[in-house]
Amino acid sequence: MVEKHTSDIGFSEAPVRVSEWRRFRRVFFERKLVTFGLGVLVLLVIAAFFAPLLAPYDPYELGDAGESLLQPSGEHLMGTDILGRDTLSRLIYGARTALMVGFISVTVAGIIGIPLGIIAGYFGGVLNMVIMRAMDALMCFPMLLLALFLAAVLKEYFSGIWVVIIALSVAIIPGYARVTHGLTLSIKENDYIMAQRAMGSSNSRVMFRHILPNAFPPLIVLVTMQLGALILAEAGLSFLGIGIDPPGAAWGAMVWDGYRYLANNPVLWLAPGIAIALVVFAFNIVGDGLRDALDPRLRGLL
Amino acid sequence: MAELLKVENLKTQFNTEGGVVKAVDGISYHIDEQEIIGLVGESGCGKSVSQLSVMQLISTPGEIVGGEVIFEGQDLLKYKAHGSEMRSIRGAKIAIIFQEPMTSLNPVLTINQQLTEMLELHLKMSKKAARERAIELLSMVGIPSAKSRIDDYPHQFSGGMRQRVMIAMALSCSPKIIIADEPTTAVDVTTQAQLLELMKDMVERFKTSLVIVTHNLGVVARYAQRIYIMYAGRIVEEGTTKDIFGKPRHPYTIGLLKCIPRLDEEEGRKLVPIEGLPPNLINMPPTCAFLPRCSYKVGRCFQESWPPLKHLHGQHYISCYANTEERTSEPAAR
Repeated sequence: MVEKHTSDIGFSEAPVRVSEWRRFRRVFFERKLVTFGLGVLVLLVIAAFFAPLLAPYDPYELGDAGESLLQPSGEHLMGTDILGRDTLSRLIYGARTALMVGFISVTVAGIIGIPLGIIAGYFGGVLNMVIMRAMDALMCFPMLLLALFLAAVLKEYFSGIWVVIIALSVAIIPGYARVTHGLTLSIKENDYIMAQRAMGSSNSRVMFRHILPNAFPPLIVLVTMQLGALILAEAGLSFLGIGIDPPGAAWGAMVWDGYRYLANNPVLWLAPGIAIALVVFAFNIVGDGLRDALDPRLRGLL
Repeated sequence: MAELLKVENLKTQFNTEGGVVKAVDGISYHIDEQEIIGLVGESGCGKSVSQLSVMQLISTPGEIVGGEVIFEGQDLLKYKAHGSEMRSIRGAKIAIIFQEPMTSLNPVLTINQQLTEMLELHLKMSKKAARERAIELLSMVGIPSAKSRIDDYPHQFSGGMRQRVMIAMALSCSPKIIIADEPTTAVDVTTQAQLLELMKDMVERFKTSLVIVTHNLGVVARYAQRIYIMYAGRIVEEGTTKDIFGKPRHPYTIGLLKCIPRLDEEEGRKLVPIEGLPPNLINMPPTCAFLPRCSYKVGRCFQESWPPLKHLHGQHYISCYANTEERTSEPAAR
């Protein structure tokens, strides 16, 4: 009713309110590269989920004599490795390993690191000191080195892929704690946090219902970028022989296997190598796109 | 009316690197049931800090160092600041409305989520009942089509609208006291008047007491029954609104009133500002803090410490040694 009235007297030129979601989509998909990256990730997820349906062969089945180190052909699109296993099938199954390691590590690290950061930032004082200095200590070690060390220690107690997951989770916890800590420090100074406390909200309610959602956009970006880094680290670890137990399929291990046939069978190491590069690149570019699309300071500029 | 809240000798200080800032230095006041009082003073005089102290919302480096806050027979300062007793007072028994409506609502939660949170927390309402109540509250404070707007986010509301939401939120649990901490500073004058009228209506309707904290004497003149004037962390004059505006006795109050233009005065009167600046609250002299700016000072002011509150008549008290009565009756002073 009111709208009709205003449009009659010519006030309809007021800017149409663009919904946040629409703005997000426009900025996000405007860049072709981001769309491409998202496409790669979608393919990765599909490959991981439907690996048994997509893979032409059983990735663990050893070939007969004479089937090893075959060059790509109609039968084996990417050839076979030394044990006669189909490279394409192993590549597809490798996506599973990569995604699983990435997602579980990110989740575990997030579940531990984010609350640590919020608690340290919110309460400050001694608690802040203890938590953040512990995180700093962890951060001192290069991620791969720390993961390597942890993996070596954990190998006694856990098997295969779980060693990698735990090692990588611990290695990236400080990153989460740091980022969340910084965000909490700035968010907690807002009036609405004081208002919430004045209304009788408990500390934990303030921290997890009011501060956490405000910290989400940067955290989402962090998660996306770290997924890429994790997949790279996992490949690094399995290249170094830590992680997934044979005959499990992991891209890093495939590169290691293939690299012994560097010149004769380049597909063996090129295929998993390109897969790693592509996926890491895709995660980074999508993280970048997310950051641009979520950043309110770029509102109106992009 | 029965006394609802009694603050006795409340002291709050901030331990900063530059020294101890005595933001609130022994103030006492009380509020009766269904009463509206005004707490007036310039920026930095401790009026907001005193109110946050009552709610125990002072965080480091601030510290409540003494006094009592008696509410319903209990000393609130005896409760732990983060304990459940204190939490069950905040919002439910004593609610506070902050001055910045633009930033007092969480930008990532809908109005519904923020309004019903209180109802679910304090009154243990179900989600559905809380939503209905929230819609009711929103229409009470004058938000049109509350039913559809309740799922909006704060950024979809204007400043005045958000302050209305804040009022609804403060009222939601039918508290005994609402503290309005400069509720109208951030909105334009027209909205100010509307919001104040609304608050007055709501206070009557909910049978709540209201503390209006402001630096604007005009705001309290119309609504408050009693007024406390604060200066440098202390109450320097208290009395009924009639006392304060009709027969102000403290030099500071007199000075404040002289700098407000009035509609009913003769043309050509000059507004007289108060000379000087408010004192630095670190290393305060033992004498009256208003002394350097005072035009009524007498010899005693320089020798003795800050004057205690002196009873004049009825509910009128001042903290001053000088005899200000004669000069305030002069026409030039009014």
